[in-house]
Amino acid sequence: MKNQQNITLTRVDWTTVSIYIFLVLFGWMNIYSAAYDASHPFIFDFSKEYGRQFLFILISFFLALVMLYMEGDFFNKLALFIYGFFVLLLALVLVVGKEVNGAKAWFGVGSFGIQPSEFSKIGVGLLLSKYISSTGAKFKNWKTRLVAAGIIGFPALLILIQPDVGSVLTFVAFIFVMYREGLSGNVLIIGLGAIVFGVLSIVSGAGTIDFPFFGEQNGIYLLVVIVTILAILGIVFVRNFIVPRNRKLLYWIIAVSTVASLLFSLSVSYIVENVLESHHRERIYVMLSMPVEREGADYNSQMAKITVGSGGVFGQGYLQGPMTQNNYVPEQWTDFIFSAVAEEWGFFGSLVLIGTFVLLIIRIINMAERQRSQFSRVYGYCVASIFFMHLLINVGMVIGLAPIIGIPLPFFSYGGSSLMGFTLLLFIFLRLDAERLNIFR
Amino acid sequence: MNFDSRRITIILIVSVIGIIYALRLLSLQVINDEWKNQGVALTEKEVIVYPSRGLIYDRKGRLLVTNQTVYDLMVLPKDVKPFDTTAFCKLVGLSYEELTSGLKKAVSWPNVKYKPSPIIKQMTPPEYARISEELYKYPGFFGTPRTLRIYPQSIGALLLGDVAEIDKGELEQKPDYRRGDYIGKSGIEKAYEEELRGTRGVRYVFRDNLGIERNVAEGKLDVAAVEGTDLIATIDAELQRYGEELMQNKRGCIVAIEPSTGEVLALVSAPTYDPNLLVGRTRGNNFRALNSDLQKPLFNRATQAQYRPGSIFKLAQSLTALQLGTITPQTRIVCNRGIIGCHGSHSNDDLEMAIVHSCNPYFRGVMQRVVEGDRDPSSRFKDARIGLDIWQGYIKRFGFGSNLKTDIPGVKTGLVPGVSYYDKWYGELQWAYSTIYSLSIGEGEMLITPIQMCNLACVIANRGWYVSPHTVKQIGNGGKPRDEFLVRYDTGIDTAHFRVVVDAMEKVVGPGGTANRAKLKDIVICGKTGTVQNEPKEDHAVFVCFAPKDDPKIAMAVYVENAGFGGTWAAPIASMMIEKYLTDTVSNKAEEKRILEANFLDR
Ligand SMILES: [Zn+2]
Repeated sequence: MKNQQNITLTRVDWTTVSIYIFLVLFGWMNIYSAAYDASHPFIFDFSKEYGRQFLFILISFFLALVMLYMEGDFFNKLALFIYGFFVLLLALVLVVGKEVNGAKAWFGVGSFGIQPSEFSKIGVGLLLSKYISSTGAKFKNWKTRLVAAGIIGFPALLILIQPDVGSVLTFVAFIFVMYREGLSGNVLIIGLGAIVFGVLSIVSGAGTIDFPFFGEQNGIYLLVVIVTILAILGIVFVRNFIVPRNRKLLYWIIAVSTVASLLFSLSVSYIVENVLESHHRERIYVMLSMPVEREGADYNSQMAKITVGSGGVFGQGYLQGPMTQNNYVPEQWTDFIFSAVAEEWGFFGSLVLIGTFVLLIIRIINMAERQRSQFSRVYGYCVASIFFMHLLINVGMVIGLAPIIGIPLPFFSYGGSSLMGFTLLLFIFLRLDAERLNIFR
Repeated sequence: MNFDSRRITIILIVSVIGIIYALRLLSLQVINDEWKNQGVALTEKEVIVYPSRGLIYDRKGRLLVTNQTVYDLMVLPKDVKPFDTTAFCKLVGLSYEELTSGLKKAVSWPNVKYKPSPIIKQMTPPEYARISEELYKYPGFFGTPRTLRIYPQSIGALLLGDVAEIDKGELEQKPDYRRGDYIGKSGIEKAYEEELRGTRGVRYVFRDNLGIERNVAEGKLDVAAVEGTDLIATIDAELQRYGEELMQNKRGCIVAIEPSTGEVLALVSAPTYDPNLLVGRTRGNNFRALNSDLQKPLFNRATQAQYRPGSIFKLAQSLTALQLGTITPQTRIVCNRGIIGCHGSHSNDDLEMAIVHSCNPYFRGVMQRVVEGDRDPSSRFKDARIGLDIWQGYIKRFGFGSNLKTDIPGVKTGLVPGVSYYDKWYGELQWAYSTIYSLSIGEGEMLITPIQMCNLACVIANRGWYVSPHTVKQIGNGGKPRDEFLVRYDTGIDTAHFRVVVDAMEKVVGPGGTANRAKLKDIVICGKTGTVQNEPKEDHAVFVCFAPKDDPKIAMAVYVENAGFGGTWAAPIASMMIEKYLTDTVSNKAEEKRILEANFLDR
């Protein structure tokens, strides 16, 4: 057994470990620069973010080591228990959590805080992998789809109550996992179509249009009129150009999709205009380049873009970015850390960072594909998808391609919960991967 | 069913997102300069380095104009943190309303919250020192030094001029100035703006990670400021001060010029004011008060007031007629008081005595000989046209009726009426000498400024030429005046013709002369009085002179409005100024007291 353990450890994917260490240390360097305080220049100063991040890094390294020494089977067997534990924490935080920026997302422990939502993805990943790899689970079946949706949706709902919309959005990552495991590709396409149609609904619903005969009406009705006209044109087309035996089915498809899209469009517009709080609405408007009433609502977005642009090709140099050093971007060391990299390391630095993340994600996907156990493969995809989702939203937000949503850049942003959470997520997979030749399941 | 191929789709999606983000970064960081420029605008500050404005000294090296440092309290709204407004208002001495409106102004167009704006302007060094120690408690507030003009002698307000913030109109014409820059508004400050101003420098700074301002690119982009050039003025501060004292409670002016160089020794316009009134925070109010003063202290009577010259013009008439040969010093003309009045007991003077007696009929005859020269016997109207043209040509060469090429801003030209003037007034061939003869004694349409009167005295002192009057003798210590002030203008009148005129002027100040009050024991003054009628008010007293007779050092014109006889009021002032300038003392204390106590302001 002892011998077996040693052989397993030699099979740990050291390339991925190296990438991980590079990201963590480079991130720490940039946190030091972004949070730099001339009166506390010592990088291990615990009163500053960079000093505390060092502590988080030490803890994370320890956790990583522990994960590498765990039995892979342990995660499979205890998946439900781990999932249940984190769901319990999510429920508990709603009761005893402390409120930060209007969301009850933190357990306070002295001056430190723990954010259970950063850990809950591990539970979801493990349980989802266990369920999908069980015999009988087939995405053809509605039952499988519903159970999978339940596993993902339950913690997501708890996080939505906090409310932390950003973290909920990262749960969308699991669609990629289910797609890989057999969920119809139409889901992806419908999802993409829904995004486009949703954007159109938000943009048109935000203004009013002077309609003939009806006067000033909400702009969403223009979309309704267009969809109705398209439906009528579709019916006319089917009547004239389609053989009669296929017509009935096509009429149904047109009717259902028209009603569905109208309902979707009206409800998206209604939610954005009437349900969302004004600061959420403003964030969406800012991302869509729509006019925002309150001055300064797009301040963070503007400052982030200016900071990125300030980097130029080769960057302003470490600790020398004028935007970063003068704190134009609020709390830059957390969700906006990418802008510090972009300013001080330039276009080349940004490319290296994005390239490293893309390579890491692709490497994890390829590692997942080499697993003999379906459990390990699905879990690998969970890890890759979560990293991808965070990269997509976080970097997209900094460079103005996504709304301002507060989620961290994995291994890079300041914060103990996220660093530990991502470390656990990754190293559980590395342990599973190291065991891939031991187990036949 | 096997879904292994879906791996490719997912990797493709990840890669495409990576490429999209890379392209977006390429656009933000490399292709598009807009974001970078906005960053530079936010973080780099262009600090303007104001050169200190050139100083002005008098001809004897006494400081006339210097600079004093004051402080503007600025606010950079971006850096302002919530602060105790009550304590702050108490510290800097503002009311709460003034503070809030100042802060509001600092963030309203065209000010932006990333650029500093002034909250309090021009605090004195002690005022600023008192608050500067506490200022660290209020991030975003800081003081910037700025210099003000100070006039330590408190004299020569109109001559030296003033400096103020550039206004909109000037800004449009002078692209190298900026809003808030200071510029000379009048006097030497305006005329020598280019030299005094120096060249503004620029420092580019940014705040480094220690919060210290550092030079961008090690200061290679910086432009050093070039200090303004100092000027040596032509005036004598003591003479100027004495002239201003003598003219207190009077309206009028004194012009004193060194004939050989055209250097203005004193230029007094009364009533005057302390030039320090138009400096700093109180400038606005003081300017309004001076501007609405009925005695017009801002009006430079020495260069802008256009008076009828009166009897002193007879000097120019004599010289013109002598040069034309229409009279000789021996020419006698009967004092026929039928057409034009006269005073004193004389009946048939020669030229010298006619000048001494200021005989009006004599000079009516002199000018008649000049104008009615029988050059066109067909018509006396045509003849007058030819004659007046010739006369006007000579008179203008004395510097009358045209712009003396002086460096004093805003000088007026005066008027020497000619053919076209009378054609317009009476119609062509509708006038003859009999219509315009009052010109002959300096009345009628003739207008000249006091500085032109003094220039006439210079011409006579130099026996035929003058240098344009100017107020700066050295640009830069040990430098030269402007080129145009090294040029002699010749009047075209032979030196020989001046002898009789100068002798007559000596007699004017001599025993029995109209200006006998001006006589000095050791200095021979040559002068000519004038008394310009000013119905229904008192006459204006006029006196022009130069001294000493044989080696003239100073030429003067004194004009005292509504004072009465020139010999009683203007001549003694000139005499005391001459004595003061040449000997540094004034001997006749009784006369000095009489002048100092005279008050003509209410006339
Ligand atoms: Zn007479």
